[in-house]
Amino acid sequence: MARIIVVTSGKGGVGKTTTSAAFAMGLAERGFRTVVIDFDVGLRNLDLIMGCERRVVYDFVNVIQGDANVGQALIKDKRSPNLFILPASQTRDKDALTVEGVGQVLEELGREFEFIVCDSPAGIERGATMAMYFADDAIVVTNPEVSSVRDSDRMIGILSSKSRRAEQGQEGIREFLLVTRYSPERVQRGEMLALEDVQEILSLDLIGVIPESSAVLNASNAGSPVILDRDSNAGKAYSDMVARYLGEDLPHRFLSVEKKGLFGRLFGG
Amino acid sequence: MALLDFFRQRKSNSAAVAKERLQILVAHDRRGGGPSYLPQLQRDLLQVIQKYVAVDNDAVTVNVERDGGQEILELNIVLPD
Ligand SMILES: Nc1ncnc2c1ncn2[C@@H]1O[C@H](COP(=O)(O)OP(=O)(O)OP(=O)(O)O)[C@@H](O)[C@H]1O
Ligand SMILES: [Mg+2]
Repeated sequence: MARIIVVTSGKGGVGKTTTSAAFAMGLAERGFRTVVIDFDVGLRNLDLIMGCERRVVYDFVNVIQGDANVGQALIKDKRSPNLFILPASQTRDKDALTVEGVGQVLEELGREFEFIVCDSPAGIERGATMAMYFADDAIVVTNPEVSSVRDSDRMIGILSSKSRRAEQGQEGIREFLLVTRYSPERVQRGEMLALEDVQEILSLDLIGVIPESSAVLNASNAGSPVILDRDSNAGKAYSDMVARYLGEDLPHRFLSVEKKGLFGRLFGG
Repeated sequence: MALLDFFRQRKSNSAAVAKERLQILVAHDRRGGGPSYLPQLQRDLLQVIQKYVAVDNDAVTVNVERDGGQEILELNIVLPD
């Protein structure tokens, strides 16, 4: 049985798709057969971040409606042999995602893959509730900012009550906090909520802190998950997050302002 | 003066304000917002009070607290200085 992980948030635009792409690529690189599914029906973003937009023939909704089988819709990643993408459709409406339909597709994928990563749309509408309903684990993506933290808190409440696991009286979804777009400089200036503040309010297991980084935009421009940019802080932070998810105990990095030595200051290093 | 402002601005405390607002918001959300008549009750009370005292529109807050088996309707009215 595959483990199903939903990447979710209350507020939009906080970094779910960036995270889904990086996380799925990270798992695949470590040798796990991984599929990443775009639940953002109607918007379709994941294929762009993964750089496979021109290879989309069939999508998630086609599979649910029986126009294609899962094998026809899956796109094989060109960089990792263990990674596949199931894209969302751009045009169809969200009601196409039914509990039975999504459940069947996940069951079928579960026989082939070890990890199923679900890139959820923001909010609590259909695509989002479908993505979280079947999840075993949830990664709650949060920016250090009032509305994002507040919406994450609401999401945590929904996650613990509206899942299949909760309905069936199983052990609840494991929930992890991922803080993204963190800027130690702004925290130091007192302009941004510090990590401890966010943690104090949300009290979830912290799985990672991704710094604000221009590498993320570069990666999305290139259609290559930022985790592959191994020299970038964001790439390293995502790589750490994958390791922690798999059980490694790593300290969090990039939490304080980098002090450049005299040498660095002189040469702009 | 300008120099003083410059030094003051260096350490903003907007993050502290954000944290305080969040703690209140989240506590409110977690209580589930209370019974559905609360907003109307709040408006009615405000109108009655404004007949007698010139209070601001945000001077009245109502909340339902649960304390063990009891429900307590908490009223807060801030009078002008
Ligand atoms: N660590 C980061 N540093 C800088 N920019 C980032 C970072 N993470 C995400 N972004 C930027 O934030 C924007 C939103 O990211 P993304 O699309 O991943 O969010 P999302 O949560 O999937 O959005 P939506 O709710 O619309 O699906 C993008 O422009 C992305 O480049
Ligand atoms: Mg997205």
